[in-house]
Amino acid sequence: MTEMNENPLDLLPEVLLAASAVLGLLLGSWLPRARQWIVGWLAAVACLAGIVAASVAAAEPALTAFGEAFSVDAVTSTSRIVVLGGTLIILGVSFRPLKGDPRETEFYVLVQLAALGALMMAGAQDLLLLAAGYLLASIPAYTLAGFRKDGPGTEAALKFYVIGALLGVLMLTGITILYATGRGTAYPMLGEVFRDAPEALVAAGTTGLLAGVLFKAGGVPAHFWVPDAVQGSSPPVAALLTTIPKIGALAALFRLGDVVLADSTLPWPALIAVLAAASMTLGNLGAFFQQDVKRLLAYSTISQVGYLLMPIAVAGRADLAQQALLFYLAAYAVTNLGAFAVVCALPRAHTLDDYRGLARERPLLAASLVVCLLGLVGTPPTSVFLGKLEAFSAAFDGGYAWLVVVAAANTVASLFYYLRWIVPAVSRGGSSGPSEGDRAARVVAYAATFASLGLGIAGGPVLDVLTAPITR
Amino acid sequence: MLTALVFAPTAVALLLFALPRRTAPQVFRTVWVLTSALELALVIALWAGYEADGGMQYEERARWIPSAGVGYHVGVDGLSLPLLALTSLLFLACALYSLREDRRIRDFAALFLFLQTTCLGLFAALDLILFFVFFDLSIVAMYFVIAGWGHRQAGRAALKFFLYTFIGSLALLLGFIGLYLAASPHTFDMVELTEQNPLAGRSVYGALVLLAVVVGLAVKTPTVPFHTWLPPAHVEAPAAGSAILAGVLLKMGTYGFVRLAMPMLPEVWRRYALVLVVVGVISVLHGALVALAQTDFKRMVAYTSVNHMGYIVLAVGAAAATADSSEQARSLAVTGAVTQMVSHGLLTGALFLLAGVLYERGRTYDMTAYSGVAAVAPAFAAMTGVAAFASLGLPGFSGFIAEFQIFTGSLGPRPLATALSVLGILLTAGLFLRALRQVFTGPLRLPDAPGTPRAFPDIRAHESLAIVPLLALAVVLGVAPRFLLDVIEPASRSVLELLAR
Repeated sequence: MTEMNENPLDLLPEVLLAASAVLGLLLGSWLPRARQWIVGWLAAVACLAGIVAASVAAAEPALTAFGEAFSVDAVTSTSRIVVLGGTLIILGVSFRPLKGDPRETEFYVLVQLAALGALMMAGAQDLLLLAAGYLLASIPAYTLAGFRKDGPGTEAALKFYVIGALLGVLMLTGITILYATGRGTAYPMLGEVFRDAPEALVAAGTTGLLAGVLFKAGGVPAHFWVPDAVQGSSPPVAALLTTIPKIGALAALFRLGDVVLADSTLPWPALIAVLAAASMTLGNLGAFFQQDVKRLLAYSTISQVGYLLMPIAVAGRADLAQQALLFYLAAYAVTNLGAFAVVCALPRAHTLDDYRGLARERPLLAASLVVCLLGLVGTPPTSVFLGKLEAFSAAFDGGYAWLVVVAAANTVASLFYYLRWIVPAVSRGGSSGPSEGDRAARVVAYAATFASLGLGIAGGPVLDVLTAPITR
Repeated sequence: MLTALVFAPTAVALLLFALPRRTAPQVFRTVWVLTSALELALVIALWAGYEADGGMQYEERARWIPSAGVGYHVGVDGLSLPLLALTSLLFLACALYSLREDRRIRDFAALFLFLQTTCLGLFAALDLILFFVFFDLSIVAMYFVIAGWGHRQAGRAALKFFLYTFIGSLALLLGFIGLYLAASPHTFDMVELTEQNPLAGRSVYGALVLLAVVVGLAVKTPTVPFHTWLPPAHVEAPAAGSAILAGVLLKMGTYGFVRLAMPMLPEVWRRYALVLVVVGVISVLHGALVALAQTDFKRMVAYTSVNHMGYIVLAVGAAAATADSSEQARSLAVTGAVTQMVSHGLLTGALFLLAGVLYERGRTYDMTAYSGVAAVAPAFAAMTGVAAFASLGLPGFSGFIAEFQIFTGSLGPRPLATALSVLGILLTAGLFLRALRQVFTGPLRLPDAPGTPRAFPDIRAHESLAIVPLLALAVVLGVAPRFLLDVIEPASRSVLELLAR
């Protein structure tokens, strides 16, 4: 390294988001309550501009900024586009319910800060930056979980916060140990040192680090907050909690695995494989007999993390791992957000039974729900199918055939609880309650469904883009 | 041409949704019938332009997801052409049969048109992922048909059907991934995989891939012990749904054997063919024996499907024996298997539609509730009789041609298994005769549950319009099968050549 690259333009999407958050906060203090929606639009513009900037950056060769602390490569670029796109969807579904809310501005600012934290985690190439990203992604999320200030929301926020604080401390401890072992915090350097570092130290440090990252990803064993936080918070926040931080955390985990730990003395792939199997299985078991749709989706996201961990387990061993993870992340984000958008579009429907008769009253919305849920199962031609196909192929190729079999079995099991939701939605009869609701959210649901299908049918060019090498 | 054939029904289905909700049901039915008729005409045109010895024809390729090794590749050969024709004919029959259907006819028609796309697409697919996409979507569409228009217990039966066949499809997917990773360069293209024979010499890996593929296909076929989803699904499905499920969807499994498993995994197929022979014989006997014990007409027909599919599995298993049997005999077995697919599709389709006629009049499938029906519904009795006799393999019908070829081809390599399977014919003869006697002869007695229409009107015009062509074709195939065999035989010879590698 000859000269440190400190060009802030390399971090343009992040800078835009941060600037828009700060500006939004200032604007919000001066705007009358009826016009606070301007902050929401500002956030949307920042996201759009960020997507454009990220796409431009993606076309250029990979580079690292700020002394190798932040990397701009295919993983970062994809995460940026997916996170910002996901944030746009969340802004779209929250616009209506928050209109005129006394704390409207705060909501948009917190959403942007949470997304910014996810972006920092995805690009971090340094353990300290990763820790900062973790805090930035977590603290706004705690606040958002309890944003409604009602009973369930407070419980959700408290549980979320206590577990997050505990695991965050563990993560910092782990980082300290790794720092002590590797005498540095930059990934490429750690990767070199860990080839022959004392196994016990690396194992202890990695365990702590994993605790924090898995907390953000919502994977086993750090998944206990997910169902309560998701059920207790409002639907748009639930959509955010189950999507945006996951993307950052899983991208970070992939980077850690690929650059730092794949060649270390630690049995990293086996560890992640076991976590993946546990995550998909426990998530599915939890989801089986849920009646509340948000809780069901919460457990479903835990199991999805299991599938997403498959390519991470074989990072560095299978050629397909990177594109599998990135494509699956994008597919999962848009499909999961589509399902949540349907939930947002029907604010009065809470349980599975409330969806009875949806197909009759809102056929398009029911169709979106069916496509998104079957998409989460992995039915072709939705994008998650292609993601799963890639993930399965990568794991198979990396020598984890048993994991693929477990994943296939879990996929079948997951069909059961998704069908428990689909069946009432498409069957006749029931109350005529659920149909009234939010038009903006409906449009967002249609768009997300369309994107999920489109990404699946025309996934070829996207996959091509995702194969660019990661920086080391 | 092929692409248009495959996707036209779905396009029409989308069009149906564009029509206003108030549109008269007659419009939906007419559009549906016309589309199906057009599809059949297209397939006939394909057949007319098909050269019997020409190998793969009407091929179309497009880049789809090149970095994942997935392409859009469709084509037609002697294995798929008869099944495409069968699919189009059965869907037309179902459209005609449903001319009186009035429960949410728009959704019903759209679902069937979509289902037609998945079935045609599957038989035309020459890419494993394309095959899988259609395979999975056919399950989804059929699930909604059973759950939405079935009888009382339809929800449970549909769930069982979905879960069971979905397990099968995932096993299949695992097998496909195994094939994909073994090939170099990695590809899902069936033609390339068949040429490469990527698993030659890798016995354990090959065996695992074959296991996954065969389990996936066996669930769909279904063979013993994976058949338990079939009876409830058939009994609860609406008549048209059962006809398609038995007539077309089951063929996806057996078609997979000759299209995927045999040419792509020849070495391991030959090694483990005996297992398939055993499974085939057990399916034949188990299906027939359990069918014999049924009093429910539809359930009985469902079990005879297990029996008939067993003959196909026996034939494809027996065809793998290389030693001590002539090439010609084995070719006969494969040809017989494909002929049996067509024949079973026609006859079971007809039988399930006839079961629907029975239910529509009497509101029950229980055979003991009926007696002497022939007196009031002679045409219905005659058609059922013809279908039953054809189904048990009487000479002069397509079933005989198929089963005769299967037995002749299998007897040389697997004499014991074949001898046992012939017992299956005896059993099916017994059970069909018993059913016919119970329902049609004796003093007239009709079920009189509340809400039952008293009279038992004879078969109606739209019903016979659906059923008669199926039976007529079964007779034509039984008397003059050359036009079909000319198409199948070259293809089955080439399957055997690929298998002998």
